[in-house]
Amino acid sequence: MNIQLSRRTFLFASAAVGGGLYLGLSPEKAEAAEAGQLNAWVVIPATGRIRIMASNPEVGQGIRTSLPMVICEELDADWAAVEIVPTLADAKIYGRQVAGGSQAMPTQYEPMRRVGAAARGMILQAASTAWGVPVAELSTDKGHVVHGTKRAPYGQFAAVAAALPAPDAASVAVKDPKAFRLIGSFQPGVNNRAIVAGKQDYGIDAVVPGMLYAAFHKSGVQGAKVKSANLAAIKAMGGVKDAFIVAGTEEYEGLASGVAILADTTWHAERARAALKVEWNDSPAAFQSTATWAKLAADAKGKPAALPIHATGDVSAAMAKATKRVAADYAYPFIPHVPMEPINCTARVDGDKVEIWAPTQNPEPGRAAVAKLLGVPPENVTIHMMRVGGGFGRRLQNDYMVEAAAIAKQAGRPVKLTWTREDDITQDYLRPGGWHYLEAGLDTQGRCIAWDNHFISYGRDGKFARAAGIGPTDFPAGIVEDFRLGATVLPLIHTTGFLRAPSNNAFGFVTQGFIDELAHAAGADPVQFRRDFLGTPRIIGDPKSRGPYNTGRMRAVLDKAAAMAGWGRKLPKRTGLGVAFHFSHLGYFANVIEASVAADGTVKVHKVWVAGDIGRQIVNPAGAMNQVQGSILDALGACMGHEITFADGAIEQRNFGDVPMLRNEQIPPIEVAFLTPDYPVTGLGEPAYPAVAPALANAIFAATGVRLRKLPLDVSLLKA
Amino acid sequence: MKLNINGKSVDVTADPDMPLLWALRDVLGLTGTKFGCGAGFCGACTVQLDGEPVRGCQTPVSAVGTAKITTIEGLSASAWGRKLQDAWLALDVPQCGYCQAGQLLAAEALLRTTPKPTDADIDAAMSGNICRCATYTRIRAAIKQAAAA
Repeated sequence: MNIQLSRRTFLFASAAVGGGLYLGLSPEKAEAAEAGQLNAWVVIPATGRIRIMASNPEVGQGIRTSLPMVICEELDADWAAVEIVPTLADAKIYGRQVAGGSQAMPTQYEPMRRVGAAARGMILQAASTAWGVPVAELSTDKGHVVHGTKRAPYGQFAAVAAALPAPDAASVAVKDPKAFRLIGSFQPGVNNRAIVAGKQDYGIDAVVPGMLYAAFHKSGVQGAKVKSANLAAIKAMGGVKDAFIVAGTEEYEGLASGVAILADTTWHAERARAALKVEWNDSPAAFQSTATWAKLAADAKGKPAALPIHATGDVSAAMAKATKRVAADYAYPFIPHVPMEPINCTARVDGDKVEIWAPTQNPEPGRAAVAKLLGVPPENVTIHMMRVGGGFGRRLQNDYMVEAAAIAKQAGRPVKLTWTREDDITQDYLRPGGWHYLEAGLDTQGRCIAWDNHFISYGRDGKFARAAGIGPTDFPAGIVEDFRLGATVLPLIHTTGFLRAPSNNAFGFVTQGFIDELAHAAGADPVQFRRDFLGTPRIIGDPKSRGPYNTGRMRAVLDKAAAMAGWGRKLPKRTGLGVAFHFSHLGYFANVIEASVAADGTVKVHKVWVAGDIGRQIVNPAGAMNQVQGSILDALGACMGHEITFADGAIEQRNFGDVPMLRNEQIPPIEVAFLTPDYPVTGLGEPAYPAVAPALANAIFAATGVRLRKLPLDVSLLKA
Repeated sequence: MKLNINGKSVDVTADPDMPLLWALRDVLGLTGTKFGCGAGFCGACTVQLDGEPVRGCQTPVSAVGTAKITTIEGLSASAWGRKLQDAWLALDVPQCGYCQAGQLLAAEALLRTTPKPTDADIDAAMSGNICRCATYTRIRAAIKQAAAA
């Protein structure tokens, strides 16, 4: 994608921030900005702290720290003295406000630099007039204008600066990165002090006067509607203030049907819920069953893919020419998000005005859905983007926002809706499972000359469900000339969604596991085989897709990770090194994992070496390291133990006992190196995830000779 | 009933069966203690009773009696608590931060009884607290830094 900052794209963005003024300088009244008169990321009051707006949802990725850092750097304000202020959700003012796709840095890094630089430039211009000296003779330091021995805070010039026309965005000069003092330095999260003192409000902590605490009971079989419920008995229970049936809407992913119970506390609502007796109408999702899907997937093997996706060259001819053919079946399950903060939302409906307190990654679709359901104008829906206790993609969907608004409306009272962990797991928008029937051909020199992939996934009416599809030019399309990719879509109704590095989080395991098999079939070293597979440095992929990617950058992180790990060194018995790389979300990552396998099959990960490339600048090394370590461990936990299964239409797992999370004593050392070649700055929430599971599976193969092609990894197959 | 919370005696009107977690959060408005799983798996609701870490979601309010309750809001009353908070800040431990109240209360109990913890001590004391963002590497480092402070 094109992430160049063109004048046109930025002016477009600035036009979206209210009449073309993309920054505000409030001379006296901070409330002017609050009132929306100066829609802005920067507010410089005459006296007091400079305020920098944090316009993106914070889910732990550190964006409320890192984007304000970018503004502050160019503004040349004092990071220790500025106030970071979260904004409301308002795409008309702030543009993209989404925690998803690792897209904040690629789309906002350069514009936010210019927001800061433009504000600084206007202050300098005002100071130049006030002091009667040319701008060129002025410098800035920590929120002060400096001329010789003269030094004055920005606020002194704010009133004059605010009256100046905002400069043309494209002409704003930004710093030479060599002069960065804040960008690239280790900066702890701006909310950390509140977090360690228990003073940070998350969505679940929102309190609205007069609110009741709500539980919302739905069928585990999605789409089932309430026929009847013992509402009278529920309403008679202690602490319960109201209980009613929510009819729900008809459309897919609309408002679900269920029983709402409103009480004095969450606990009273849940206690009553335990006594709830509901009769459900039949759901079209009742057929859903892991066993049935496995059979359907097995039946599809060897048959032509129903849905051709991409083909280049002539796979059949190339296979016929191959001196060796390798076939393997890979599979991975549905997995859940399980963010630490259970799903919740607080809502108040007052006539045609709606106010929402939501831990959301993606507020605008929620606003649209709430407005549509309640029949109010979208601008009447105010959304407070509460700090989010973990997203992982789950909160890109806003089902809970719609539920809270609907329940508040029906109750005639503000409500805080809190899901239980069981609700969270059984009503998740799952990472879809899938199967890949792969075959590849090797020539006499062991080069891969043909690649055939029959992908089995999920959807409705022959179309992929959300996050269940595959990109036609995904790796290794474009690398192997004779290439074919087709799909068969199994029926699914349960909601699916994006989970950290969506689709890549599964495809990385498949492609990098299979390439490892090809390396061994070719008698080649797995790292060298990958180097040869990537070939000469070049750009691969469709510019309109999320790529294209640069094989040279991929190769560089591969070589780096291999060097860090001492690839090729001798290891004890039943210990192995595994390698994998993956490109996703504009980031290049390679991992080497050292793992050993005990006689009983227990796998121990000794160390993970990670090399990454997300462009020329790591904005905040503190957050960056957290994101990489977190992604690695997230992937490790999932591949070792997460699996959602269905029976009789519903999810069988309930709580963390069924979805084991990695714990403190299981954490291997993770060594991370960033390469910083001169490419645009990109994001880090996701790309470190996909190459973990394959590196581990490949390490297990190196240790035991057993190839695990299915997630979660079944260590019972590894007994000595 | 009366509860002793962070050094103060507090009147609470709550069902005896109500878990301490919900009495703190929904009755008393002390929302620093977090709901995570409601089943004792995750440790997000960890508070201390007379210095012992317990699961707020598994502790009926009637079982507290005269025990002194320490929640995250009261952590800074402890010297170890303050050292841990400083280390948490210096090393930028939190990602989403939601589990960190429970992590800190578990860590404070560890350091108070084991001021120089080994890795095995940390494993044992912290195993009950899930961090979904997996900040474990920094949690361990911060505990060690606090122990050395």
